[in-house]
Amino acid sequence: MKLADFLTSHFVASEGSASEDRIVMSSRIRLARNLTGHFFPTWAKKNDRVKTLELIRPAVESLPQLDGAFSSSLDKLNSMEKQTLVERHLISREHAAKGAGSGVVFNQDESICVMINEEDHLRMQVLKSGLNLSDAWTEVDALDSALESKLDYAFSDELGYLTACPTNLGTAIRVSAMLHLPGLVLSEQINKIINSVTKLGHAVRGLYGEGTEAHGHVFQVSNQMTLGESEGQIVERLGKVLKQLIEHEENARATLLESKASTVYDQIGRAYGTLSNAHIVASKEAMNLLSLLRLGVDLGMFTGLDRGVIDELFLITQPAHLQNQHSGKLGAEERDVLRAKMLRDRLKKVKRPNLPKNA
Amino acid sequence: MKCNVCKENEATVHLTQIVGEKMQKVDLCEECSKEKGVGDPTGFSLADMLLGLGASQEMEEAAGGDLKCPTCGYTNADFKKAGRFGCPDCYQAFSAGLDALLKSMHKGLTHTGKTPSRRRGSSQAKRIKSLEKKLEKAIAAEDFESAADLRDQIKALKVGAEETKE
Repeated sequence: MKLADFLTSHFVASEGSASEDRIVMSSRIRLARNLTGHFFPTWAKKNDRVKTLELIRPAVESLPQLDGAFSSSLDKLNSMEKQTLVERHLISREHAAKGAGSGVVFNQDESICVMINEEDHLRMQVLKSGLNLSDAWTEVDALDSALESKLDYAFSDELGYLTACPTNLGTAIRVSAMLHLPGLVLSEQINKIINSVTKLGHAVRGLYGEGTEAHGHVFQVSNQMTLGESEGQIVERLGKVLKQLIEHEENARATLLESKASTVYDQIGRAYGTLSNAHIVASKEAMNLLSLLRLGVDLGMFTGLDRGVIDELFLITQPAHLQNQHSGKLGAEERDVLRAKMLRDRLKKVKRPNLPKNA
Repeated sequence: MKCNVCKENEATVHLTQIVGEKMQKVDLCEECSKEKGVGDPTGFSLADMLLGLGASQEMEEAAGGDLKCPTCGYTNADFKKAGRFGCPDCYQAFSAGLDALLKSMHKGLTHTGKTPSRRRGSSQAKRIKSLEKKLEKAIAAEDFESAADLRDQIKALKVGAEETKE
């Protein structure tokens, strides 16, 4: 099947509607697994990688969870298709650079994705919209249990699941959440928060860029340590950190509205004005303005504009997604023009922002 | 300043990561930073690399010399360069320096999480065996209090194993 026919515009990451989902955009858990008796993919010769792919891919495809899934060897995808998968967070940039001997399998709503022969033989992830780590863990655990009856994992009683990189050893679990934190960025508290979260053994990084420079005010928080704790403990600890981050963000927003309400409304109004009227919008600018628009939706300033629409715009204004909408090869400047047109079209029916009722 | 990864090109990308009390600095050239996924939306590979680079030095000091994995031929030097192992058996081949390495990146040194179901029986058997060894030692040392304790633990494990079989 062609990738373009398989991908739909509505996918699980954009559907969040609960109150916590205003801040936590999506939750994701990834497990790494390797086969016993085979070299790790980066050290293996190409022939061996092809062999392990042939061993693993049918096992993955046969899982009931992945019935009707998209499955491809990476040499069968062109660079634009790979870039599209990167922008959708289905594969890593490193995986996109791979060819024969590596593969990807993911289901229709893109909630389950398995990378084959990335750095480890298997990297399976489950993605959930909003804050939903426990369901993500239940599902990825079931996926792993179903696979372990078909594949012989490299496992040591003492060290747990053996991974190519010792930083993943043990549970080989990476639990992460994507957070929208405009309040903490605008109130300039974000660096302080990042420092304290990293002290707790978690990693925080801007999803598109680093630190305060993070475009779109979107951050990813994930666990760092994988050995010495059970999966349940790791999931619970990250969950606690997320709850705190949500609270800090809520507080930051409340304080901003108390002390600098006009500045906040001004920024949101300007973001709306630019996005719905501009003719040239660069990717970074689009993300920052869309973030403000999302904040406006959270504050109840827009009627008839859904958070899901904005999250989708975050995605489809990325370079490869723009290119997919267009037949000829686009240069950066043409992309900025096309991006602006797409944003104008999407926001045509959105009425200009009102002041929130309680303002 | 040269790039930490390829050690050839001039480093233009400088990263600092703080984990716990430890600060780690990495300098990369344009090419390696792209290859290592700096700015990668999923970001996992970057964290892995940052930890891997610093840790390999600790391992080398602890191991004190050249090591080679008999299964896949991977060496100390390879690990230092990539921060990755070559095959599952490398963990045994490089076990000498492993504890120091793992201590620097993890909460503990022993896996306490999920176990594949086909291994559940065998890891239990190993645990029983090690307890039985301790029991023998305790009896030899006439430490009957510990011996009684160990006997009860072994009994409990054996009963547990029977129940899971049924």
